[in-house]
Amino acid sequence: MTTDDPAGDLAADEPILRVRDITVGFGDKLILEGLDLDVKRGEILGFVGGSGTGKSVLMRTILGLNPRRGGTVEVFGHDLDAIDAATRTGIERSWGVLFQHGALFSSLTVLQNIQVPMREHMKLSQGLMDDLARIKLALVGLPPDAGAKFPSELSGGMIKRASLARALALDPAIVFLDEPTSGLDPIGAGEFDDLIAKLRDTLGLTVFMVTHDLDSLRSVCDRIAVLGDRKVLVIGPMSTMLTFDHPWVKAYFRGARARGATARGN
Amino acid sequence: MGFGSRRVRWSPTEPGWSFDPTEGGARLVLGGDWTIRTAGRLEQRVAEMVTTLEAPAATALARIDFDFTDVGQIDTAGALLLDRLTATVPEERIGRIGLAEPQRVLLDEIRAAVQAPEVLPPKLSPIVGFLTALGRYGVSLAAESALVVQLLGGVALVLVTAIRHPSRVRFIPFIHQLERTCVNAAPIVLLMSFLIGAIIAQQGAFYFRRFGADLYVVDMVGVLTLREIAVLLTAVMVAGRSGSSFTAELGSMKMREEVDALQVIGLDPVEVLVVPRLIALMVALPILTFLADLASIFGAAVVCQVYGGIPTETFLQRLAAAVELRTFLVGIAKAPFMAMIIGLVACSEGLQVAGSAESLGARTTVSVVKSIFMVIVVDGIFAIFYAAVGV
Repeated sequence: MTTDDPAGDLAADEPILRVRDITVGFGDKLILEGLDLDVKRGEILGFVGGSGTGKSVLMRTILGLNPRRGGTVEVFGHDLDAIDAATRTGIERSWGVLFQHGALFSSLTVLQNIQVPMREHMKLSQGLMDDLARIKLALVGLPPDAGAKFPSELSGGMIKRASLARALALDPAIVFLDEPTSGLDPIGAGEFDDLIAKLRDTLGLTVFMVTHDLDSLRSVCDRIAVLGDRKVLVIGPMSTMLTFDHPWVKAYFRGARARGATARGN
Repeated sequence: MGFGSRRVRWSPTEPGWSFDPTEGGARLVLGGDWTIRTAGRLEQRVAEMVTTLEAPAATALARIDFDFTDVGQIDTAGALLLDRLTATVPEERIGRIGLAEPQRVLLDEIRAAVQAPEVLPPKLSPIVGFLTALGRYGVSLAAESALVVQLLGGVALVLVTAIRHPSRVRFIPFIHQLERTCVNAAPIVLLMSFLIGAIIAQQGAFYFRRFGADLYVVDMVGVLTLREIAVLLTAVMVAGRSGSSFTAELGSMKMREEVDALQVIGLDPVEVLVVPRLIALMVALPILTFLADLASIFGAAVVCQVYGGIPTETFLQRLAAAVELRTFLVGIAKAPFMAMIIGLVACSEGLQVAGSAESLGARTTVSVVKSIFMVIVVDGIFAIFYAAVGV
């Protein structure tokens, strides 16, 4: 299993995702410049930064949806620029993506949406796919009758959950979540965080999560990376964030809202 | 039926199993990776195992131990299949050996998820289904008629307002739409009409020559294009060009709640979106028809000169004798009505788009097909009307 399961090639202590010297710009404006980032296997990495600092751009660049001007992206130890099509497909099977607005296919039901990756990439019987899709639905906390609905009939929170179910369809090694809890009520957001943590513990999932939710950062993230000035300012656990000396980081983690979140945690 | 020591050999990551009955119980040894990558093959293995476990010799056993010691990775797909397997044996007779803690948690999760009830859509008899579909179609037809009437009423209301308070007219959106539907459409309409005029003249010249009535080709081209062809083909072109874009624009605005946003800001979507488009189209189509008239007669004149041997001077003299102002007016008078039909169909279809991308595509198709059909119906009605009043 070399190209079929690229995630399997990686030694346990190697980073699952290695980004080196990434530069991305649009027109004459540079968004990211010389950015380095490692994501360890099995961790939940929270990614924060002010609006417009390029968090989503970085995620899209890693996924190959944005062109970059320089730098390398290595996923499961494979340089994305140097791999053949088969390995690329293998990698695409081994990552799941939750887009900010869900990006569910609007002409398919939720169950059909979840089955799209299975149908395209795996040879499974229809009965098994149906069962699997129903399990994913239950895992992400959607009621069974949501499966037959179309995305336009779902609420914002249900769309996030259904989209997560699709991202998890192939039991990926790493999932990219773009603001998974935005638009959810605090209880729903808390459940979502618990769900992510549970999936990590049971499936050994690695999670790359762009988020603004201080509660998520505090409760589930193992490490936090802060994006600013076109690169990663600081990366580390919450304790590092609280002592790091940078105006934005200070304001974010030690501002009034942050104190509220920390107080609730104590 | 007795159990031999059945072993299936697999490579390390391939899933495998063996079944060893011992005194008073049996041990089912599982191995390999139980993941979605092996799930296709696993499903068959699990079916074999279930058959073995459901055989009378196995159900008689007091206890069955599932040995997970050699199992590699388990993901949700593998856990689902393991759950299918263990569900065949009553829980009090099951023993689980060598199950790591995370895997146990995963299996429990899956067990809980599997027990969620399956919701099947209610089954209907074909007759009920047909009647339901028919009823839905009737209701949607009524709703659509109501929408068209509402749009028409909205347009009338805005026009009345425009006459009473000219300052409230949305002039800039109207000019913008006029540029898109008229100015931008002019080149293709001119080219198309030139070709149509040329083709009719060429065909006509070919047949009339047999009777030595070459010159009558001018009469035919003049009357045919001015009365019928120019306006009809221009309307079809506009239906395909502007009608489809109206539907797609309004439809995607509807999908992204932009229409609702207009409403809550206190703007009337009909006034802001539909009226400028509709009025612009009703102004544009007569202008385009006039251009089409000119282009097709020019095309005919060129063909007559080059192919039919009729000098342009003769062509123009003959044309002046064959057609009168009324011929031109009869044709162009249809244009605003056709434009209104195209605009109404396009906008009403756009405003009926539902949430999915598929619905947007379907509505755009329906919009073009329906407006071209309606244009031809309107043309027919005018033909009857003109015959009745004798023009």
